[in-house]
Amino acid sequence: MEMRNLEELFQQKIDQEVKIEPKDWMPDAYRKTNIRQISQHAHSEIVGMLPEGNWISRAPSLKRKAILIAKVQDEAGHGLYLYAAAETLGQSREQMINDLHSGKAKYSSIFNYPTLTWADMGAVGWLVDGAAIMNQVMLTRTSYGPYARAMVRICKEESFHQRQGFETLLVLSKGSEAQRALCQDAINRWWWPSLMMFGPRDSESTNSDMSMKWKIKRKTNDELRQQFVDMIAEQVKLLGMTLPDPNLRWNESRNHCDFGEINWDEFWQVVKGNGPCNKERLEARKKAWEDGAWVREAAQAHANKQRTRNKAA
Amino acid sequence: MLHFIKKLYYGDIPDASSGAAPLNDKQQPATDWPLWEVFIRSKQGLDHKHVGSLHATDAQMAIENARDVYTRRQEGVSIWVVESKYITASNPAEAGELYEPAADKVYRHPTFYDLPDEVKHM
Repeated sequence: MEMRNLEELFQQKIDQEVKIEPKDWMPDAYRKTNIRQISQHAHSEIVGMLPEGNWISRAPSLKRKAILIAKVQDEAGHGLYLYAAAETLGQSREQMINDLHSGKAKYSSIFNYPTLTWADMGAVGWLVDGAAIMNQVMLTRTSYGPYARAMVRICKEESFHQRQGFETLLVLSKGSEAQRALCQDAINRWWWPSLMMFGPRDSESTNSDMSMKWKIKRKTNDELRQQFVDMIAEQVKLLGMTLPDPNLRWNESRNHCDFGEINWDEFWQVVKGNGPCNKERLEARKKAWEDGAWVREAAQAHANKQRTRNKAA
Repeated sequence: MLHFIKKLYYGDIPDASSGAAPLNDKQQPATDWPLWEVFIRSKQGLDHKHVGSLHATDAQMAIENARDVYTRRQEGVSIWVVESKYITASNPAEAGELYEPAADKVYRHPTFYDLPDEVKHM
């Protein structure tokens, strides 16, 4: 069959909402875009364990510690679901890990911000996971089958992440003056970086838009960001706290919240590696990998020994 | 690569230098363990269903990892693992020859037959 026909058939399937599966023919760029996006997503889950891991040993109670461990463990699991989905496209795990460690592959910039206080665990769950969920819910309907299935599983588990974050802040918001200040401070620091998670504005690009045509994505950055602002602007009232944006107000005519301008300089600086924790995060990943080398070797040696023994028996 | 997909969406991070340090000498390249497919029975009486895959050195480790990765919320009561290389899959390009012959055999379905209402359940 000619290439052109194959591409037409492929687009027909997409238009009819038929999922693309690993062995199906797909345009090279579709494969590459998915590999890039899914692996970036996986790396984000893995690096995303670090800011929270920071607080496991310092959680204020055994209950909070158990919750935080469960959440970080989920994130490891989410990373693994996603790596496995990317592998179905022909990318090896080895290559993905090496690309992360060499700095070639990217992960979400939000994890290059530090978690300074316990209240940050609440703000990360509520705002950062909340922003991620907007994207992830959309991705449960993405056109590549293994990616969509991984997202369904992830979304089921992610909901507890956001709820525990909000509840953490809720407890602080009902606490002492110092605890309330802690809560407001965390919201102030995480609000703008959370909005940046949605990426550049739609107007930043005039290029042809294959991700939408191929239904890898179904909503634009600005659509998702607006949805997020509308949701959080309501929820923050329940905490009795405020969002650090003087321009935030309900706009009757748009039926949406208006909000102020994001600091795009900061956005690009962090993307380019100049965020507060870029180097620290990658160093931590590489150290974990190096320190775990002997465990991987031992596991392989043990498996080989068992195999030899079983053959002999 | 991908020169025509330049529009950036959420979770799609632009290709700019990340400021990462280069790999040091101690850095060992990753080598992959074999890939395993995981099937889980969610409760007694139901089939095992494919849930995903993972890497492990041997079958026992594959089951232990599957327990951690795929059953953190009591999703299963039984796990099967099989090394991915042992799975033979049908070719999507042959879907026509394989599945189309069934398409014109409507008489294989109970709704093909018009029966009087008096028959009730049959």
